Amino acid sequence: MARAPQTLFDKVWRAHEVSPESADQPAVLYIDLHLIHEVTSPQAFAVLRERGLGVRCPERTLATMDHSTPTLTAQVFGGTPIALDAARRQVRELEVNCAEFGVELLGLTHSERGIVHIIGPELGLTQPGKTIVCGDSHTSTHGAVGALAFGIGTTEVGHVLATQCLLQRKPRTLAVNVSGGLRAGVTAKDLILAIIGRLGVSGGTGHVIEYRGDTVRALDMEERMTVCNMSIEAGARAGMIAPDETTYRYLEGRPRAPRGEAWERALEAWRGLPTDALAHFDREVELDAAAVEPMITYGTNPGMVIPIGGAIPQRSGDAAFTQALAYMGLAPGEPIRDRPVNVVFLGSCTNARLSDLRSAAHLLRGRRIAPGLRMLVVPGSQQVKRQAEAEGLDRVFLEAGAEWRESGCSMCLGMNGDVVGRGEYAVSTSNRNFEGRQGSGARTLLASPLTAAACAVRGRVTDPRELM
Amino acid sequence: MEPFTSLSSRTVVLPAANIDTDQIIPARFLTTTTRAGLGEHLFADWRYLPDGTPRAEFVLNRPEAHGCRILVAGRNFGCGSSREHAPWALADYGFRAVISTELADIFRSNCLKNGLLPVTVDEPTCAWLIEHPGAPVTLDVLAGTLTLPSGAAVPFALEAFARHCLLRGLDELDYLLERRSEIETFERRA
Repeated sequence: MARAPQTLFDKVWRAHEVSPESADQPAVLYIDLHLIHEVTSPQAFAVLRERGLGVRCPERTLATMDHSTPTLTAQVFGGTPIALDAARRQVRELEVNCAEFGVELLGLTHSERGIVHIIGPELGLTQPGKTIVCGDSHTSTHGAVGALAFGIGTTEVGHVLATQCLLQRKPRTLAVNVSGGLRAGVTAKDLILAIIGRLGVSGGTGHVIEYRGDTVRALDMEERMTVCNMSIEAGARAGMIAPDETTYRYLEGRPRAPRGEAWERALEAWRGLPTDALAHFDREVELDAAAVEPMITYGTNPGMVIPIGGAIPQRSGDAAFTQALAYMGLAPGEPIRDRPVNVVFLGSCTNARLSDLRSAAHLLRGRRIAPGLRMLVVPGSQQVKRQAEAEGLDRVFLEAGAEWRESGCSMCLGMNGDVVGRGEYAVSTSNRNFEGRQGSGARTLLASPLTAAACAVRGRVTDPRELM
Repeated sequence: MEPFTSLSSRTVVLPAANIDTDQIIPARFLTTTTRAGLGEHLFADWRYLPDGTPRAEFVLNRPEAHGCRILVAGRNFGCGSSREHAPWALADYGFRAVISTELADIFRSNCLKNGLLPVTVDEPTCAWLIEHPGAPVTLDVLAGTLTLPSGAAVPFALEAFARHCLLRGLDELDYLLERRSEIETFERRA
């Protein structure tokens, strides 16, 4: 009898079942790649130590530091100590833990260090068909190559360190089918913001999303990463895109991708991963890419998003909505366009890859950021930084009046010294506009790198198409 | 972990939907390398003024919240960041259960690993709880029920394995370590 048609997710899941789930027990799922960082791993190593356990597969584990690390060159490469004591302790503790347990660490001054979700694909460690986890919800990023990648808590970090496995209930599947061409000035970030606006911030709960359709096929790898990155903002733990020639071209020759005969074998296996025709998804949603405008958030979760030319919605009788607008200092019914902006942040695991920097630099070239506005440009990895510098993008940003930093999570989450001030408006290319996310009292508007650059030039919320 | 069989307590209510883990514990408190002591920073930006003094109007700062072990919240509580510091902070503060109509996936999973009972109930029950802060209720893990002051017992879903672990205070890591030979077999096959 022919095998029942399977989705990409089904195939990756089944290939990693040490034991399948039953009514009484969750599945034991094998993890191919475990990425760890300084913020969500110390307590996991402490458990290993308390219980006298080692790391089962150090060769499947890679550590780096990104969340609490400074982005000022003097603090990263010496001259000045790390300003935050607690961050200094976390960096030191990860160094000690990795040395003691035999885990490879791309440490603070390593040339391949960067945001964990940027360096995985960049090194070619992120590969189709793998299971990938990290103590960080944006692990969904790695699904862009056709991996099953999801964020876990610190207790689970300990489980993977000790056993290379996790206990998991099988999630349901959600197909997001996108067709049509994205218009000029509309980017992958706008697309995923539109998808989140459509699904809502809990629309994907309990599901793994597969992004499908001709629009998705036409995206390059970095754009696909931006889309998968924000799956969690719709509540889905993972987002996936089937591997294709775009994926293989991206991975071939990367330092930790398979080579020679191993590459050929891998390629053959990867070609079998895409969802079979007639495979069943638990839910399906359709979206017309041609109708997507440059998007911007106005509230305190990523689902509170509108086209940049639109007006802030009115929802009477919704206390949470009223509270969100009060926090943002915005009123229902008013346009978002032309609202003053104090800070622009270009960075994060969502939008700090080379193509993101290029897109913003293209708009900023020969222009200056508005007087009084602060713009921080933080490349996603040290490799991205070097590539950008080789192309002269750093000069474009500096000449425009922006700051050019070392890689890290930076202002996305305000725990490393890079923060937005109380009451200030920041247009950010990151992923979360939660209250206080970028600093206590900070007000975040999420947008694409292109929109962020346009806002920096005008000092106001600006449709990038006006400056293109 | 301590076995968790049942819990009777008054409730504290945070009615807003989509309360994310950045609200539960802001990122600037994640620079700790231990699990202990996070309770004092629970809901820090809602609980304290910028100068550190408590906001009198915030629900956790009111005298009637003292000693409550059950938090009732609006839909999709615990969304956003995977930080386990969120359930650590809730548990360290003294909460032992969270009730909503919907809990975010990673948060729910993290709760179960820290003896914090994640309870999802139907819309009318949650609406009633939100309208009646301080209501004395009982959660029974074995029966999978929430008993309201009226005596009505409302069922809540809890997977068999989670129930098993809670009732016996079992650690999932022990369970995984016991599966070693199966894991080795899988590794040889792969």
